[in-house]
Amino acid sequence: MTIDEIQQEIIENFSGFEDWMDKYGLLIELGNELVPIDPKYKVDSNLIRGCQSRVWLHQEFKDGIITFEAESDALIVKGLVALLLKIYSNRTPHEILASEPRFIDEIGLRHHLSPTRSNGLLAMVKQMKLYALAYEKISTKNN
Amino acid sequence: MTLDISKIRADFPILHQQVNGKPLIYFDNAATTQRPQQVIDRENEFSLKINGNIHRATHYLANKTTEAYENSREILRNFINAAETAEVLFTHGTTESINLVAHSFGEAFINAGDEVIISEMEHHANIVPWQMMCARRGAKIVVLPFSNDGILKINLLDQLITDKTRILAVTHVSNSLGTVNPIAELINRAHLKNIPVLVDGAQGAPHYTIDVQKLDCDFYAFSGHKMYASTGIGVLYGKRKWLDQMPPFLGGGEMIDKVTFSKTTYNELPYKFEAGTPHYIGAIGFAAAIDYSTNLDSSQIHHHECNLLSHATSLLKNIEGLTIYGEAPEKAGVISFNIAGVHPFDLGTLLNQMGIAVRTGRLCADPVMDHFGVENMVRASFALYNTSEEIEAFYTALVRLKAMF
Repeated sequence: MTIDEIQQEIIENFSGFEDWMDKYGLLIELGNELVPIDPKYKVDSNLIRGCQSRVWLHQEFKDGIITFEAESDALIVKGLVALLLKIYSNRTPHEILASEPRFIDEIGLRHHLSPTRSNGLLAMVKQMKLYALAYEKISTKNN
Repeated sequence: MTLDISKIRADFPILHQQVNGKPLIYFDNAATTQRPQQVIDRENEFSLKINGNIHRATHYLANKTTEAYENSREILRNFINAAETAEVLFTHGTTESINLVAHSFGEAFINAGDEVIISEMEHHANIVPWQMMCARRGAKIVVLPFSNDGILKINLLDQLITDKTRILAVTHVSNSLGTVNPIAELINRAHLKNIPVLVDGAQGAPHYTIDVQKLDCDFYAFSGHKMYASTGIGVLYGKRKWLDQMPPFLGGGEMIDKVTFSKTTYNELPYKFEAGTPHYIGAIGFAAAIDYSTNLDSSQIHHHECNLLSHATSLLKNIEGLTIYGEAPEKAGVISFNIAGVHPFDLGTLLNQMGIAVRTGRLCADPVMDHFGVENMVRASFALYNTSEEIEAFYTALVRLKAMF
């Protein structure tokens, strides 16, 4: 599936809920299901610090593909992290750079990405894009 | 006669709205309180008809504004019972007030090797300005700790005070733990050793009658926006004997006497410390807010706020896994807590979805978080317009949310 197809699927999953609490219920479920980050990567150098919740992000680059692992200490953020991983992990740098996480806006969670919420999520998206940019440059150079 | 809360609520237009489809329950009063119509009207009147820069011109608008600004200073003076209006400085708020003292008192009285005592439960605004000053002057911070129930270990004060101690800076009421500190006793103990005392009154002035002469504090700092006035306006009370000896904090207009390129002489108190055009409309609104709250029966407000706190405390204690931080016998309307297994950010997000506004995070008090070994807390804080029904709705929401995790 392309990034866009996955985003569309997520948007449809969330649009099935009328009540906001159910949307958050789904995020909590996704957060609970997220495979925990390998403890050896849950270190300060991988920490994206927000004022209220923290996100750890680890990446690996192999055969032109970036794989991300991530986790948060807050469950709702963890649910959003799970969605971001679904979209951006196991992708080429080009795919990552070419796509914005529009699902967040479309499922009505835009305020979670505002800088003032300081929950580390916006910084996580930025960080993933920065990795993609760096690896894209390395790949181009090597070619 | 008991306090008619519904009548009070009618004065606060902002409370009558829905948030996320639910009636707003506003429990973030320790961060900022809402403004009554009386304050809004007074400020609007000045914006609409009377605005003129104070102390600078002879025209009608400037005269009217100057008169109202100075009259506001008198209302504030009376509110804290300062000996004279010259001791009542308008600032941007508690943070600026404390920065002013840390800077100017530091310049005048603090030297290399000297010590400043602050408490472990201070808001960052009563830590960082002192650290900045200490870094400049080569002085150091000494910390008066609190016990696990959130009570200052005031008996340690005597041994912390040395011949190097220059000032004690302590909060009246903790913004995170709600503890009401025995400031009269702290001041008394410090004065016995000739140490002046600054009281951070940001959370104290909204809930207690302040008599700076009776307390005999050397400085008392507080903010308008935590007591039903606008943001950007606050007060620093300082004893004349200190203010006279302290150099100005900021330079600019209003604070000068005569300027030449070789030398400037400074204006008298309080203007020496009020550089630039002050937030005079805010000051006028602040006085209106003081008029508003002093027109109510203060003992009944206090009784009402105590009831809200004890009602909330006893309900929250029914929730399994809920820890309350700060259980001093004397507490103001602040209740900080965590629920085991639930991140404060998640709780705050979901409460917001239910129309309930609380504070979550580190509460501008990292050392308090470190004391309890937690990253964050949830804080509910109450004001005179809150009701028991709101507390019950909050409790019901917490029970429902806890089950989601």
